[in-house]
Amino acid sequence: MKPLSWLMVLASGALFGFGLAWSTMIRPEVVLSFLRLQDFGLLLVLGGAVVVTFLAYRFGPRLLERPLLGTVFGRHPSVLDARTIGGAALFGIGWGISGVCPGPAIAGLGAGQWELLVSVAAMLAGAWVQGRVGGAS
Amino acid sequence: MDWNALFPFGYAHYLGGGLIIGCGVALLFLTTGLIGGMSTVFSSTWSFVSRLPYFAQARFRDSRGWRLIYAAGLILGAALWWALGGGDAAYRVTIPWWQLAAGGFIAGFGARMSNGCTSGHGICGMASLQAPSLLAVLTFLATAIATAHLVLALGGR
Repeated sequence: MKPLSWLMVLASGALFGFGLAWSTMIRPEVVLSFLRLQDFGLLLVLGGAVVVTFLAYRFGPRLLERPLLGTVFGRHPSVLDARTIGGAALFGIGWGISGVCPGPAIAGLGAGQWELLVSVAAMLAGAWVQGRVGGAS
Repeated sequence: MDWNALFPFGYAHYLGGGLIIGCGVALLFLTTGLIGGMSTVFSSTWSFVSRLPYFAQARFRDSRGWRLIYAAGLILGAALWWALGGGDAAYRVTIPWWQLAAGGFIAGFGARMSNGCTSGHGICGMASLQAPSLLAVLTFLATAIATAHLVLALGGR
């Protein structure tokens, strides 16, 4: 990738992290209060992010021949099978126990929430075990 | 409808934060063409050190560099928010470490098995109108809501 591309990746992540912090999604208590149906703010966060991303995914490839700094527009690969749905069910159980999902676990460190190092380490461990036992296909 | 009951802490920061998250994923796509889900970095980073064949797949090796930079950006963005005075110095995470550890392990395993999490399926998958991602989101919302209630009933935070 070109140096400017790396800078754009960093800037994109920074916008993502700023949004996670501002929306308080980096606080597991806020996420858990949504999962306990006490505060529905998470749906606004998800909805806002999906709408903007939808516009980019839909109209970007129509207006541009290729990405401004890249060669080809990617696509999120998602297939309907037992792994996708079973994995999602497990993911939800873990998310419901801790109130922490991958993005906020990382972003929270930037706001000095060092407790989330436990989450990051545990997610790395979970991903390793998944690659070890479940990664046959 | 009583909006205060649905959003006891207001709604502007939720909506504003969500729109900015979307701008990040959109900027990544429009400039580089990359799809910015977050959970894959937890697998791709293992390809630097692990000899397991699973982690040697091209989809991990070829993306491990930018995914780490993207994750660094996440930390940078949250730090910027903190530096601009967005944070509350008195705030500490109150969830017990064992809940963070157990939840993180299961969520890490599940997200990688499912090939997506709240950002991969929730934002990128739904924004590209993929039915499997929508089903994944409905599934993890259901199990997460049930689990969060159960944890509370069992005396957790």
